[in-house]
Amino acid sequence: MFYREAGDFKTSYKSDLQAFPIRQDKIGIYIWLIIALVVALFAYKEWGIMGMDSGFAMKAIIIPTLVFTLTTLGLNILTGFAGQISLGTGAFMGVGAYACYKLTTYFPDVNIIILFFASGLVSAAVGVLFGLPSLRIKGFYLVVATLGAQFFLEWLFGRWAWLYNNNPSGAIEVPVRTLFGVEITGANASVVAQYLVVLGILIFMTWIASNLIRGRIGRSWMMIRDMDIAAELIGVRPLWAKLSAFAVSSFYCGVSGALMVFIWLGAAEVESFDINHSFLYLFMVIIGGLGSITGSYMGAAFIWIFPIVLKEIGKSFGVGATVMENISLLAIGVMIVIILIKEPHGLARLWQIAKQKLRLWPFPH
Amino acid sequence: MDFLYDVLIKPFVEMGGDPAFFFQVLWEGFVAGILYALIALGFVLIFKASGIFNFAQGIMVVFAALGLVGFYEVLGSAGIESGTVKAVISLVLTLTMMYALAFGVERLVLRPLVGQEDIILFMSTIGITFMLIGGGQWIFGGEPKSMITEDLGLPTGDTVVDAFGGIIIFQHLDVAATIIAGLLIAGLALFFSKTKTGRALRAVADDHQAAVSVGIGLNQIWVVVWFAAGIVALVTGVMWGAKSDVSFALQIVALKALPVLVLGGFTSIPGAIVGGLIIGIGEKVFELYWGGLMGGGVESWFAFIIALIFLLFRPQGIFGDKIIERV
Repeated sequence: MFYREAGDFKTSYKSDLQAFPIRQDKIGIYIWLIIALVVALFAYKEWGIMGMDSGFAMKAIIIPTLVFTLTTLGLNILTGFAGQISLGTGAFMGVGAYACYKLTTYFPDVNIIILFFASGLVSAAVGVLFGLPSLRIKGFYLVVATLGAQFFLEWLFGRWAWLYNNNPSGAIEVPVRTLFGVEITGANASVVAQYLVVLGILIFMTWIASNLIRGRIGRSWMMIRDMDIAAELIGVRPLWAKLSAFAVSSFYCGVSGALMVFIWLGAAEVESFDINHSFLYLFMVIIGGLGSITGSYMGAAFIWIFPIVLKEIGKSFGVGATVMENISLLAIGVMIVIILIKEPHGLARLWQIAKQKLRLWPFPH
Repeated sequence: MDFLYDVLIKPFVEMGGDPAFFFQVLWEGFVAGILYALIALGFVLIFKASGIFNFAQGIMVVFAALGLVGFYEVLGSAGIESGTVKAVISLVLTLTMMYALAFGVERLVLRPLVGQEDIILFMSTIGITFMLIGGGQWIFGGEPKSMITEDLGLPTGDTVVDAFGGIIIFQHLDVAATIIAGLLIAGLALFFSKTKTGRALRAVADDHQAAVSVGIGLNQIWVVVWFAAGIVALVTGVMWGAKSDVSFALQIVALKALPVLVLGGFTSIPGAIVGGLIIGIGEKVFELYWGGLMGGGVESWFAFIIALIFLLFRPQGIFGDKIIERV
């Protein structure tokens, strides 16, 4: 009754194009932003959430969820919006992480935020390179091509000592970097500052993504996805559409990879970018909803938090952590299949259905 | 110039200088190629009959091998002494398990997804993969196990042959693997061309709707084809497990069947074999003669990059059907 547009009275293009036509949605976004800031306050005051101590909640749940949301957003642009399935996400994140590490080694005085985005550009370039085959092939064949990227880059990260500054352990160890005088990387960094940095970048990049998708580029991606030959016939250039999708997607993945290592992990080896992670990101996209920004948030949060919750439940029943890990793998597999059968558009679609119902409520029609 | 010499000339000088070693490398590559070809064969079977790209083939290999070893252990603790009896019973049990898997996949996953886009079906097989990883590790444990090579009657040991001014070592197991793979492929070829079910399978592969219209039950065919892929997986798992251990790491190696398919074409059984041999021999030779220039370990990506380059020039593979698209 309350949640709806008041009739369809749009008098200008501007109002027709607005992102949130319903006032409650606008309010909802603000509420989410407020919640996000309150979470920061919780951590700042060291108040625990639901019995967990706040450092754990931040480090193990909230920050990784935000980072993976960014990754999922990137992969969703490629797979969900442009229809090019990729199993190389982990490697593209790795490119971002190693690029950021090299850049901050050479330019220690440059603001780290700028370097995050610069490393995204490096990742975008690599993404375009490995996206080139997509011009001739698609579907399963492209999966093979992206797997090629995954394995080749993984190998490169392990073998090319220059990438990790000839560090004998073969790992990236993140140096201390500050933003406005506050340490945001390294062991002594403030969790709240880290949280705010990741959150800020995520919000900024979500905003960019949603506008890209609403605009000309995004529409050409979706046309390619829905039927590439038809799209070509009505004037979409597949070269531009596909490569720009690869570039933007890899840019997002690169930035999230840099954030993952610099803000969340603090140190990283090749294993952080391996094929299993690439699968995980694909699951986040599928569960959340192919071709949905809200879905990217839901999918990342779900896939990341679900095993942790399951492990905690197992702990309270005295079941070992490995057993619960296997059960969560099993459960995720089952859920993938169920979601594909029942609702191929994922959690986001369920959310949309709920909203649609709410629009009509309390009347049945 | 030194670099060019290292890349273009030195490897060939090494090959010519020690032909026995070169032949040994070729043989090792050949055996690896046979195993890749076997995995690829499982993919091709399912792809031909249902148009589904079964990502779970790799984990099916692991699952079958683990099942075999697992049943063997259970039977051992149940008090059966004779190794051969245990091996035979566990083989039967594993085949039953693979049939149950085929049946379950058809009933619970494929049937509800009939008519969906290929990519959705593909992702559902990734879901199956994770179910099998989680379930397999839960039931059989995650640690590597050794294959019951001797009780299955597979030969061990090796023969040393003097040739090309050096020695070449043939592991008996490798020879057996080659022969068994050959038999399996011949058996499948016979099955496809001579039996009623085989003809039905080919009919389905040719055209689903036409096959249904002449009274072939699609669902039944799918169970048969997934079971056939399960048998191929079991054979592959035994061979591979005998060469190294049975572990979940095999699943990543099994992904190399994908470039094999790209080379051979998704719908061609001879293609799978030729592709497997090209990849197997190619990566061994490349690793030993060129890999050193790049710090080694190139085996992990060689196959994929070859496939990638190949895709740019001939997307349908060596033996694949020409891809024709219409709006």
